[in-house]
Amino acid sequence: MTTSNYATERETTEGRVFTVTGGDWDQVVSGTDPINDERIVVNMGPQHPSTHGVLRLILELEGETVREARSVVGYLHTGIEKNLEYRNWVQGSTFVTRMDYLAPIFNETAYSLAVEKLLGITDDITERATTIRVLMMELNRISSHLVWLATTGMELGAISIMLYGFREREYILDIFETITGLRMNHAYVRPGGVAQDVPDAAIVKIREFLKMMPKKLKEYEDLLSGQPIWTERTQGVAVLDVTACVALGVTGPVLRSAGLAWDLRKTMPYCGYESYEFDVPTHPDGDVWGRYLVRVAEIRESLKLVEQALDRLKPGPVMVADRKIAWPAQLAIGVDGMGNSLEHVAKIMGQSMESLIHHFKLVTEGFRVPPGQVYVGIESPRGELGVHAVSDGGTRPYRVHYREPSFVNLQALPAMAEGGLIADVIAGGASLDPVMGGCDR
Amino acid sequence: MTDDRTNDGGVPVPVTPAGATSGAPAELPPSSPAGRGMFGMQGTGDVSGYGGLVRQRTPIEEAPRPYGGYFDEVRDALEEAYPQFGDAIEKVVVDRGELTLHVRPERIAEVCQVMRDDLALRFELCSSVSGVDYLGADERRLHVVYQLTSMTYRRRVRLEAAVSAEHPHLPSVTAVYPTADWQEREAYDMFGVIFDGHPNLTRVLMPDDWEGHPQRKDYPLGGVPVEYKGAEIPPPDRRRSYQ
Repeated sequence: MTTSNYATERETTEGRVFTVTGGDWDQVVSGTDPINDERIVVNMGPQHPSTHGVLRLILELEGETVREARSVVGYLHTGIEKNLEYRNWVQGSTFVTRMDYLAPIFNETAYSLAVEKLLGITDDITERATTIRVLMMELNRISSHLVWLATTGMELGAISIMLYGFREREYILDIFETITGLRMNHAYVRPGGVAQDVPDAAIVKIREFLKMMPKKLKEYEDLLSGQPIWTERTQGVAVLDVTACVALGVTGPVLRSAGLAWDLRKTMPYCGYESYEFDVPTHPDGDVWGRYLVRVAEIRESLKLVEQALDRLKPGPVMVADRKIAWPAQLAIGVDGMGNSLEHVAKIMGQSMESLIHHFKLVTEGFRVPPGQVYVGIESPRGELGVHAVSDGGTRPYRVHYREPSFVNLQALPAMAEGGLIADVIAGGASLDPVMGGCDR
Repeated sequence: MTDDRTNDGGVPVPVTPAGATSGAPAELPPSSPAGRGMFGMQGTGDVSGYGGLVRQRTPIEEAPRPYGGYFDEVRDALEEAYPQFGDAIEKVVVDRGELTLHVRPERIAEVCQVMRDDLALRFELCSSVSGVDYLGADERRLHVVYQLTSMTYRRRVRLEAAVSAEHPHLPSVTAVYPTADWQEREAYDMFGVIFDGHPNLTRVLMPDDWEGHPQRKDYPLGGVPVEYKGAEIPPPDRRRSYQ
């Protein structure tokens, strides 16, 4: 047995006895450098209520000041990209919708646009399908920004806005349920168009929503904008200027809050966005406050877009005419979500052998996509959502890579946090709006 | 039509697929072993001859000038700004309205530097870095794909560099595009491509002690058979497939 440095010892008949005494603290303290040795390393997450999901932060602190910050991701890695390679092209929609679970419509649309570009049918997508996509995307953008507002408010101590944000988001999810059959993970936008048409009940609901939402936005601003705690916690916090944003690949509201009006809907339009009228809100300061203002302003712009899309909605097909690509079944919404309509099943099973064969071939085998690769980028609520899709000519994707804004943007967290206070790490991280399902894929 | 030969699935398999003597697509072997179906078939598994399901890998071909659009301008600007163009650029491909420059891997960081800094190019943003594994189709099977965006000119260009699995090294572009940091880590994590000069090339999505690189084509998907209503459903990568 070795002798202890911390306690005196003596032998007794019952064995060795240690006498632990205090008093060496002066000795301990005198040997330290009060400036450099006061750093402590704190692990935050991956299970932490204010890290916005399963994000793990390792912070080196000096008092309350963050000296170094490192983020660790991957806790929600689900291998979706690899899984896609074992399913046919249409089945891909059901996988990608689960990546960024707050913006499922964007994942699906980006994927569908990529597959359509590979197939060379971009121009064949019907006007109604494209308009429905825009409508759904903009509603989804509102719901995603509402969750951002709600969770960020909660993380900074404003509990009421959390309840309000989720309440209005629920309304949008109700609209989604009416249209797609599901609140989330819709698999609604598919290569070739959308799964099925928008029912009239949904149009009524959306009109109601358009009437209600501006009042609610006013309410949020009354709650937050003039509120001293909110402004203290956000103004001048976690600043990232345009140079830093572009170097670190940060896009979306964070880049726009630094003053650069880079919005793919305007700069590299898709889905006919160039024909809609809307503004790209920016803010000069590049702080959390700016990101808050930009996001609220974007909700207003999205409302405008939804209204325009509704006005444009003319009757017509919602799938490409090519029967070798369009899903053969008529889909219908049942109690458990969207599925094959029973009428269609009765028809192919009972009356039309050819329809049955056609259905069987397309559903089990899928369509083939000519070999090649494409990259499609769209403006998701978090920034540029890019899909790099490679086909080898088979019925399955050879490789699909998602350029996830959550993943790329999170790299900027150390740049925002280092040198600031630990409380501002929360504000800065939240202002990036990372969704870990999308980040880790 | 079938003989007694059976395999794992217990289902008789035709010796020669229909149309096998006529040079029909079903006769051709798959171009990669990555997509073998549940019955371990060498062909396509399609005996109906309906789909003609075979992967036809078209070779990557140099596009003829003029490319059209802004592509010619980008090429000319790069040629002018970068004297080693002929040495560094292996191929210029234009497909589906997208420009791809195939770059010799050891030159990729230099090319990115020029692409970012030259006034006529100005690709300020590196949108995406990812890997693709062309197992069986290319000797240098691991491709790293860079999507560059010029915010000034509103253009996109793709750079592609191919390395072999035996020597998967190429220079990191993090010094030019700091945003490539995590994305290169992901490509390392998933494909085992080693980016020389990367400040911290560790796994980013998989656990630190993981073995292998999951998105390579010779890495199995994994999964266990599931019993459903009395029948056993094999995991997705061992189900019968049409490639």
